[in-house]
Amino acid sequence: MIFLTRRATFSASHYYWNDAWPEEKNRQVFGRCAHRNGHGHNYTLEVTVAGEPDPVTGFVVDLKWLKDVMEREVLAAYDHKHLNLDLPEFKHAIPTTENIAIATWRRLEPAINCANGAKGGAKLKRIRVYETPDIFAEYRGEA
Amino acid sequence: MTAYFGRRYMLSASHRLHTPALSAEENRAVYGKCNNAHGHGHNYVVEVLVGGEVDAATGMVVDLAALDETVREQVMERFDHADLNLDPLFADRVPTTENFCKAIFALLNGALPQGDLEHVRVEETENNFFECSARG
Repeated sequence: MIFLTRRATFSASHYYWNDAWPEEKNRQVFGRCAHRNGHGHNYTLEVTVAGEPDPVTGFVVDLKWLKDVMEREVLAAYDHKHLNLDLPEFKHAIPTTENIAIATWRRLEPAINCANGAKGGAKLKRIRVYETPDIFAEYRGEA
Repeated sequence: MTAYFGRRYMLSASHRLHTPALSAEENRAVYGKCNNAHGHGHNYVVEVLVGGEVDAATGMVVDLAALDETVREQVMERFDHADLNLDPLFADRVPTTENFCKAIFALLNGALPQGDLEHVRVEETENNFFECSARG
C-alpha cells in the first residue's frame, strides 16, 4: 500500500461563534477568533490517497486527475470565500480547522472513492488542513 | 466524530550523544560529530497531534490555549534553552532525538486538557525527524 499526498492552498475568511451562547461566552472561549467581521488565513490542504501502484502506469492515482478533483470539489468552493457566510456546511458548524477537515473529506470522498478516475481503487485516506504553518487538523474518515 | 488537531512548537536545546557503555573511540565512531565533548545545539520542532471527538458546541478537538499551556508546563519550561544531558530523564540514556521524542510523549500522555495523544514528532533539523505514536 502506497500513500500519496497532493497539496494545494486556498485563502478564506472565517470567525468562530456559537449562536446558542451569549456574547460573553463566545468571547471567552474563542477569543480573537470571535470577532464578527471575521479574519483570514492562507490554508494549506493536504489530500492523501492510498492504493497499489497500477502495474501499467506505476501510478497510485493520476495526479492531474486528483488536482482537478480538488480544484472542482474544494478550491472552487472555498478559495477567496467567507466560510461562515458563503458555505452551506458552515451554516450550523463552526468553521474550525477540525470542521474544515471533515467538510473537505465529505466533499472529496464521493469523487475519489467512487470515480473511475481513481484507477486501481485508490481510496481517500487522510485530509490535513493547515490554518497556519503551526496549526493543523486531520480527519481520517473515522466515525 | 473523531478528528485530530496538530500544533507545532519550537524549542532550542543542546545535547551530546555519548554513552559510558562504549569507549571514547567507539563513541566517536558511532556518534561522529554528535559526540563533540562540549555538545552542540538544535532548534527542535515538536509537533503534537491530539485525537478526539469534535465538540459539537465549539467545533474543536482540544482548546488551543489549554494545549499550549500544557505543553509549556510539561515540555517548554523543562527543555527550552536547556542542556538535555543534564535533565534527570537522560541520566541513564543518551539524549538522541529518538529518546527525546519518547520522553516528550511520556510527559504529555495523560496530561492533555482534552483528547488523546496520537503522536509526537520531533524535528531535529529540517531534514531529520522522529515520531512516537500511541500505537507504539
